[in-house]
Amino acid sequence: MSELSVNHLLGIKYLNKKDIQLIFETADHFKEVINRPIKKVPSLRDITIANLFFENSTRTKLSFELAEKRLSADVINFSASQSSVKKGETLIDTVNNILSMKVDMVVMRHPNPGAGVFLSKHVNASIINAGDGAHEHPTQALLDSYSIRERLGDVKGKNVVIVGDILHSRVALSNIYALQLQGANVMVCGPKTLLPKYIKELGVKVETNLRKALNWCDVANMLRVQNERMDISYFPSTREYTQQYGVNKALLNSLDKEIIIMHPGPINRGVEITSDVADSDQAIILDQVQNGVAVRMAVIYLLASKIKH
Amino acid sequence: MSQKVLLNAKAINIILHRLACQLIENHNDFSNTVLIGLQPRGKFLANRLAEMLTTEYKIKNIKLGHLDITFYRDDFRRGEKILEANTTDIDFIVEDKNIVFIDDVLYTGRSIRAALTAIQSFGRPNEIELLTLIDRRFSRHLPIQPNYRGRQVDAINEEKVKVNWVENEGEDAVYLVNS
Repeated sequence: MSELSVNHLLGIKYLNKKDIQLIFETADHFKEVINRPIKKVPSLRDITIANLFFENSTRTKLSFELAEKRLSADVINFSASQSSVKKGETLIDTVNNILSMKVDMVVMRHPNPGAGVFLSKHVNASIINAGDGAHEHPTQALLDSYSIRERLGDVKGKNVVIVGDILHSRVALSNIYALQLQGANVMVCGPKTLLPKYIKELGVKVETNLRKALNWCDVANMLRVQNERMDISYFPSTREYTQQYGVNKALLNSLDKEIIIMHPGPINRGVEITSDVADSDQAIILDQVQNGVAVRMAVIYLLASKIKH
Repeated sequence: MSQKVLLNAKAINIILHRLACQLIENHNDFSNTVLIGLQPRGKFLANRLAEMLTTEYKIKNIKLGHLDITFYRDDFRRGEKILEANTTDIDFIVEDKNIVFIDDVLYTGRSIRAALTAIQSFGRPNEIELLTLIDRRFSRHLPIQPNYRGRQVDAINEEKVKVNWVENEGEDAVYLVNS
């Protein structure tokens, strides 16, 4: 039997192709479980998981919490706004205090890139990165690939374009790693100011014309403009951004083929994507959310099975 | 490693016919009964019995499902091997049904305990019975006994009972393996 090659999920960068395959096969079983009348299995009844969110989140936090509860783990939640972090406690101290209450696994979102890697070197628990700054968001990339696999049968050989604010996006980087690992062709598309300077080094195509990008792709993953991370102005106005990089129904209908639209959320309706596109059959945005629970159950289950009794 | 044949293809065929007849004796036309093979190894026996009941005993509309118990086992993280899940395939309601669990070998009884928990996720059955091809006597860890048994075997703990099926291993046979 295969097992994950890692003890933590810090980023897609640390995974191999087999790991992703194993996570998806396990997620298939959990997807069946969460569609039963009783959606819960007792596997992790002796595991305690702490969800540490040093940055705001709704979807990811709820999804992780639901995944943990469906596996029967005990869950404790923590968000930085209500904690001693404000009183000057360091990250290691905060986490070690929590771990001394006999916690086996930590799911962490943090504004600083590399926070998960740092923590994994200093504390004795299995760490899952739920987003570290503009670095990685591995479970989002996994559920995105899982949703593509579910809709198109396979990720290999597919053309996927990631559109929008690539510069501030952890979803973009994790998706690039995950898609390339599975043999997909990846393109990024956005205004030049929102594309990182050396993005080509990752082996992705770069395109600034949205129509050309959409004509090339099978799947378009639309990202939100992360205004909260912007210290300077990267484009003249939201209206101009929408004209250049927003997807609407007319644009989609004018393409040669029907492409799939994805969005990691939260959606800014009318900015990167119009409502008629977001609610159309081409969009698999809500499938992504449902698959998120199954994929996170798989990740937690597989990591927990490596914690020695 | 030595192995001894416990049952050959002919003996297995006779036992399967007897088990099928015993099921008919208790469940008549199977209108309120469902057969559930326990993954991974019980499904071969379940499939075989369902096919025999349909083709040779002309019972219509046999309901057959497969239940995976991996996530309900009590040895998660306790062994060296990581537990690998299998497909669960139950496309009917088990509420108020008479269920027959089908597995190839009954040993400690722990798998059956897990199956009893797992099936609750699909509803509240009227009654649950257990059918096994091989019943390893004197090795139970839990108070669980089969309602229908193919053959009772006295095997010591180091010995293993191996059930082969044409569909999977290319022959019908039961071996006692001494490792």
